[in-house]
Amino acid sequence: MTLAAASPGFLSPTGVEVAFLLVGLVTLGAAVLSVTTRQLVHAALWLVVALGGLAVEYLLLTAEFIAWVQVLIYVGSVVVLLLFGLMLTKAPIGRSPDADSGNRPVALAVAVTAAAALVWVVTDAFRTTWIDLEGPARGSTGVTGEILFQHWVLPFEALSVLLLAALVGAIVLSRKKPEGERD
Amino acid sequence: MNDALDVALRLLLVFLAFLVLPLVVGQTEHKVMAHMQGRLGPMYAGGFHGWAQLVADGVKFAQKEDIVPKDADRRVFQLAPAVALLPYLLVLVAVPVGPGDGAVGAVVDAGVFFVLAVMGVGVLGSLMAGWASANKFSLLGGLRTTAQLLAYELPMLLAAASVAMAAGTVSLTGILDGFAWWWVPWQITGALVFFVAGLAELQRPPFDMPVADSEIIFGAYTEYTGLRFALFLLAEYAGIVVLCALTSVLFLGGWHGPWGDAGLGWFWTLLKTAVLAFVVIWLRVSYPRLREDQLQKLAWTVLVPLALAQIALTGIVKVAIN
Repeated sequence: MTLAAASPGFLSPTGVEVAFLLVGLVTLGAAVLSVTTRQLVHAALWLVVALGGLAVEYLLLTAEFIAWVQVLIYVGSVVVLLLFGLMLTKAPIGRSPDADSGNRPVALAVAVTAAAALVWVVTDAFRTTWIDLEGPARGSTGVTGEILFQHWVLPFEALSVLLLAALVGAIVLSRKKPEGERD
Repeated sequence: MNDALDVALRLLLVFLAFLVLPLVVGQTEHKVMAHMQGRLGPMYAGGFHGWAQLVADGVKFAQKEDIVPKDADRRVFQLAPAVALLPYLLVLVAVPVGPGDGAVGAVVDAGVFFVLAVMGVGVLGSLMAGWASANKFSLLGGLRTTAQLLAYELPMLLAAASVAMAAGTVSLTGILDGFAWWWVPWQITGALVFFVAGLAELQRPPFDMPVADSEIIFGAYTEYTGLRFALFLLAEYAGIVVLCALTSVLFLGGWHGPWGDAGLGWFWTLLKTAVLAFVVIWLRVSYPRLREDQLQKLAWTVLVPLALAQIALTGIVKVAIN
């Protein structure tokens, strides 16, 4: 559990590191609010803040491409889809006291376990790795593309096949059966 | 210090363009629509052909009482116009108007992704407005906005991806550096798909189902008055400017012109943008509104296949010329 001696210290943070921490706090706050608020649509809007905060964190780590994709996919599509679903079904203005579930403790346990596992794995894997924020961007589109399509082609393709399967599955599930036919 | 001044000056110029260009488009719309419909349009405000009509409109909007409906969700209702308008300002920062790194608000490495991602955020404003107004017409308008966005975002992205493939970069300045005249016929299908999908995203006629005044009053903006309503209108015109500028940068060569690229680049960009903005207004006067099912059908059965075909064509040509 010893950090590499050559690693930068924690006691004299640079401006970027301070900004990173502050944005992280905002993101965490928005995330907590989005699961504790009693107003359904507000939860979705707080999720926008949390996901946008994550995009800013990527930007601060010089991963520009990932940051914009994060905004495009999560803020621009996933949250819009969420809001669409909420508005189509039930989106009351004001508090919804019935929007609670008896599974709360179980959900909390699962969330804490997942978070702990992720934090443990990530810190263990990258403990002595430091990004040089001053030098040329390490996460530019060109670098990301080269790494993705040279070193990680197989996982990338496997993921796209998985997504395709999910897409086909969704279409099959949502197709109406002819009248009178039962499954 | 010089760097800070440089950045401040650029951002100031972008901000000025953001304030002026949408108003110019708005005034042009007044006059072009009027002449296409055999009338004069505004003629009195300001003296010469009513040039100050929009300024007068602005003063009128500022004087109106700002009303929030009693049952509305106050904070979301008041925040919505800003969420709708600000993304267009951010997009404008990344649009290059001339050759080199000097003629753009800020050089963004993943420019295409940046502009499309930020433009997609703007629709959240309409959604928030539609939900927070506590009005059934507003909610219907918000729903229609979302359905439209979900359908048209995909072809727009695919068309932009085709240009990125052709140029081998996702930076807007990089795309313009690689541009050659034969890209226009090569990418023409993608250009049409991009422009049509952009029109739908802006909810401009013939894709104005979300604000169809004869059915749902004014969609998500029904409950808005005064300055907040004016901000939504401004967002629409800023959206026209952004869409036309992006189409000209991505597909029509931006600052490339028949002559004088180095000095006149900004002029060619503005000219192309202005011609496209005229087409946007022209379409409003000449086409009837599409029905909701026709909207969806156009996106999924025409635009998406066309965009995919364009990508295939781009790939084939790209491999062939390498």
